[in-house]
Amino acid sequence: MIHQAHLIALVGTSLLVVLTLALWFSYALGVRRQRRQRKNWPCWRLLVFSLGCALLVLAFSPPMVEWGHADLSGHMAQHLLLGMFAPIALMLGAPGTLLLRSVPVATARRIVDFAATLPVRCLSHPCTALLLDIGGLYVLYLTPLYQLSFSAPVVHVWLQLHFVLAGYLFSWSIAGPDPAPHRPGMRVRLVVLFVAIAAHGVLGKLMYAYGFPRDAGHLIAEIEAAAELMYYGGDLAELLLAVVFFTVWYRRRRMPDSASDWQTADRRT
Amino acid sequence: MDAKPVDARASLTATVFLGIGLMAAVDEIVFHQILAWHHFFDRSTPAVALLSDGLLHSAELLMLAAGFLLYVRLSRHHAVSRGPAWGGLLIGAGAFQLFDGTVDHKLLRLHQVRYVDNLWVYDLAWNGFGVLLLAVGFVIWRRSLRSGVDGR
Repeated sequence: MIHQAHLIALVGTSLLVVLTLALWFSYALGVRRQRRQRKNWPCWRLLVFSLGCALLVLAFSPPMVEWGHADLSGHMAQHLLLGMFAPIALMLGAPGTLLLRSVPVATARRIVDFAATLPVRCLSHPCTALLLDIGGLYVLYLTPLYQLSFSAPVVHVWLQLHFVLAGYLFSWSIAGPDPAPHRPGMRVRLVVLFVAIAAHGVLGKLMYAYGFPRDAGHLIAEIEAAAELMYYGGDLAELLLAVVFFTVWYRRRRMPDSASDWQTADRRT
Repeated sequence: MDAKPVDARASLTATVFLGIGLMAAVDEIVFHQILAWHHFFDRSTPAVALLSDGLLHSAELLMLAAGFLLYVRLSRHHAVSRGPAWGGLLIGAGAFQLFDGTVDHKLLRLHQVRYVDNLWVYDLAWNGFGVLLLAVGFVIWRRSLRSGVDGR
């Protein structure tokens, strides 16, 4: 029985690696096509997207998976890579823009129309993304779900996928470079980002202080080390996201020609 | 290349953000991590204190990022005014230090500087340093305004 569960987890994780590689390959093909058509696609976007894929593969690699099973810190490192660092890198690669440019115009229009429908707009709202991403973490660590993820391999694999998808959705809804005409304004996103940083930090402290996740066979010292990793590692990721966010914010404003234009340029937005 | 005008107010704003963020970071790195005088969470504090601490920390991170990018943007346009910039950095740092020393430590009692008998010595040094930073920053800022000359 244990053997079978192990096998399912292995197959599931391998599947995620294959999916990641397929994603990277499609992206690279898309970039090559842009180059062939003599359209400009920044080299750094390809690099940063590749970095994101590499981080995913690293998190799915056998040593990491083993570490994640043996030690809560390992699991936390996986969470940071899958749910925070990799999504920021992937989001900076602007895969959505590349997709829209690569498909026929009619298909691109259909995708844009689909993105404008109410359910998708609700799903991609920063508040929803925050709930799915950080809220999901609260559910995972403060309820028996974490313990369940060890006994049920399907839950485990689904959880890893959820980390990546929710992390991507969140960082994209805050600072994604793809066109998003229905996204709320910068102020709303700043407030959501503020809440997210605080909520992630507070969860780390709750785990540290009250010994969550409970009943999963972790020692208090192990939980404390993992919670600290979550707190400081998460901070670094959120700081990166904040830097991207403010870069986008400043770039949206008109770049003034002389210093005396600073104030007026700022006031205009 | 002709000299472009500098922007004193934007320089001050950017570095006030930076000062607050930097001082908070120094507090976290030096006192929480290296010296471990007070910890990132002192067990007996209630949940409200924990939450307020989290919000404070979140604001600090955002200020660091916002200040950093504001400053980079200013300096790329050669619009940094040195006096207000230094003044702002010290004012921000001092304001945070004093805020942390009075509101966090005493009012909310999130944590103390160090858990020893003669705590008042540490509190005095902590808040005194904050006041000193604030005062020096304020003087530098006023002076740069009065002289109207910007060392660039």
